[in-house]
Amino acid sequence: MINYKNILSSTVQDIKPSGIRKFFDIANTMEDVISLGVGEPDFRTPWQVRSAGIHSLEQANTRYTSNKGLEALREEISVYTKRKYGISYNPETEILVTVGGSEAIDMALRAITEPGDEIIIPQPSYVCYEPITRLAGGVPVIIHTKAENDFKVTPEELKQAISEKTKALILPYPCNPTGGIMGKEDLEQLAEILQDTDIVVISDEIYAELTFDNIKHTSAASIPGMRERTVLINGFSKTFSMTGWRLGYACAPEPLLNEITKIHQYAIMCAPTTSQYAAIEALRSCDDVVRDMVEEYDMRRKLIVKGFNQLGLTCREPKGAFYAFPSIQSTGLTSEEFCERLLYSKKVAVVPGTAFGDSGEGFIRASYCYSLLHIEKALHLIGEFLEELKNN
Amino acid sequence: MNNKILKLLENNARMSNETISAITGLTEEETKHRIENMEDNGIIRGYKALIDWERVEDSYVSAIIELKVIPKARLGFEEIAAHIAQYPNVESVFLMSGACDLCVIVKCKTFHEVSAFVAKELAVIEGITSTATQFIMRRYKDFGIELSSADDDGRGNISL
Ligand SMILES: Cc1ncc(COP(=O)(O)O)c(C=O)c1O
Repeated sequence: MINYKNILSSTVQDIKPSGIRKFFDIANTMEDVISLGVGEPDFRTPWQVRSAGIHSLEQANTRYTSNKGLEALREEISVYTKRKYGISYNPETEILVTVGGSEAIDMALRAITEPGDEIIIPQPSYVCYEPITRLAGGVPVIIHTKAENDFKVTPEELKQAISEKTKALILPYPCNPTGGIMGKEDLEQLAEILQDTDIVVISDEIYAELTFDNIKHTSAASIPGMRERTVLINGFSKTFSMTGWRLGYACAPEPLLNEITKIHQYAIMCAPTTSQYAAIEALRSCDDVVRDMVEEYDMRRKLIVKGFNQLGLTCREPKGAFYAFPSIQSTGLTSEEFCERLLYSKKVAVVPGTAFGDSGEGFIRASYCYSLLHIEKALHLIGEFLEELKNN
Repeated sequence: MNNKILKLLENNARMSNETISAITGLTEEETKHRIENMEDNGIIRGYKALIDWERVEDSYVSAIIELKVIPKARLGFEEIAAHIAQYPNVESVFLMSGACDLCVIVKCKTFHEVSAFVAKELAVIEGITSTATQFIMRRYKDFGIELSSADDDGRGNISL
């Protein structure tokens, strides 16, 4: 009989399946769950975007596009990136359309990593950076960001993490799950440390448009001295409610982008064509729709943050993305215990902070991609759960 | 700020003052005060539940009735519209542009009751020259809410 252990790559086998797989399986098969658990918008893709996709199908625009993506789309991305973040990228040579931000992260890491290279990853953060680093032969070096720093990477933390072997720094801001952001000054401080090094910055700015309190997102690549070392990653999933279309992009200086494109060309060929046509419309005409969605997220954010604080679960104001990240330390439970018990006793699903790295211990992630009514219900049930904990 | 409160209430008239104040940043007292003011000023005209009667056994029949009207001197359409509005089974009365003059939406217990209402109450009003009754067969979306859409949006309970 074939021994699968022997045929599978040890690197792959060594990657831990997310420790909370079991919890996820239970949560996803349970009925009538009041969930605050998902990482994608509840809004539909704006109609004009869907319509553009349908139109492209009617026109039978269903062939491969060029490897880098439709020229018209790359041009829109260039205009958009300039308009929103003040950075110019040449659509011919510095922009690659990818299968979600996910592919861009993968390709960027693969393009730069040599065996043993260290990749600095701030956590708690989105789950893919660490396994992809390992698959690329790299060694993850974790920065444990802290609540009292609003989950930013501080200059001291960065300095400590850097070694001779450092190849790249991942900047996952605005941050899933913490809602933390890095402003201009924060980024400038990091830029100062990075100047005169060869450290690449992979800046995952997929939540760039979802910032609150009149804060405009600052792109890492817009900081003086940073453009040359930065792979800027963005996408359509979160901003335009387009998770299922699987579309994102990477912008980087030509020498970097060329190599990233080489891998993309062999592994992917091109991003989905229908989605590319739809995405042109998203970049061109959706400012108003996005503004309305952000306004709606903002109301939910205020409701959920106040709600958690009133329940005694200290919750900092998230400034970006669509997650609240309250502390559950006052309950004396671990994050996983808290989430499991909450699920079993009240059928409310939230994600343990530890899903996003060890430093997420003591926190839970509650998504507010839900209606106000739904959030109210969930908060009420969490309140009941906390009461029952106290009385036991 | 009042506009924000109105939008919230328009979407969910049962939203508590506590919730509204969490979202707007006003105190609960201030929220209550503002809402009461808008009720007194006639900006907020009332609160109703949006019911999908098709899911209730004891359901209703609704119809849209288009009326052509010869307006009365000086009063125009106002008098006739005001008269029609008094019937309890009349849900809405609108002055229209285009082929008809007034549009009336009625809700009755039965098909028969609607036709009786049109024949015996509306058609006989002086000034009304014709009626055209269209029954609503199915409601897919009403007051901005989709009634037929599935509750499950396909996102599952948990993802990263
Ligand atoms: C921080 C972050 N980056 C990237 C992604 C992947 O998004 P995409 O749908 O563009 O692949 C996600 C999705 O949850 C995310 O939260």
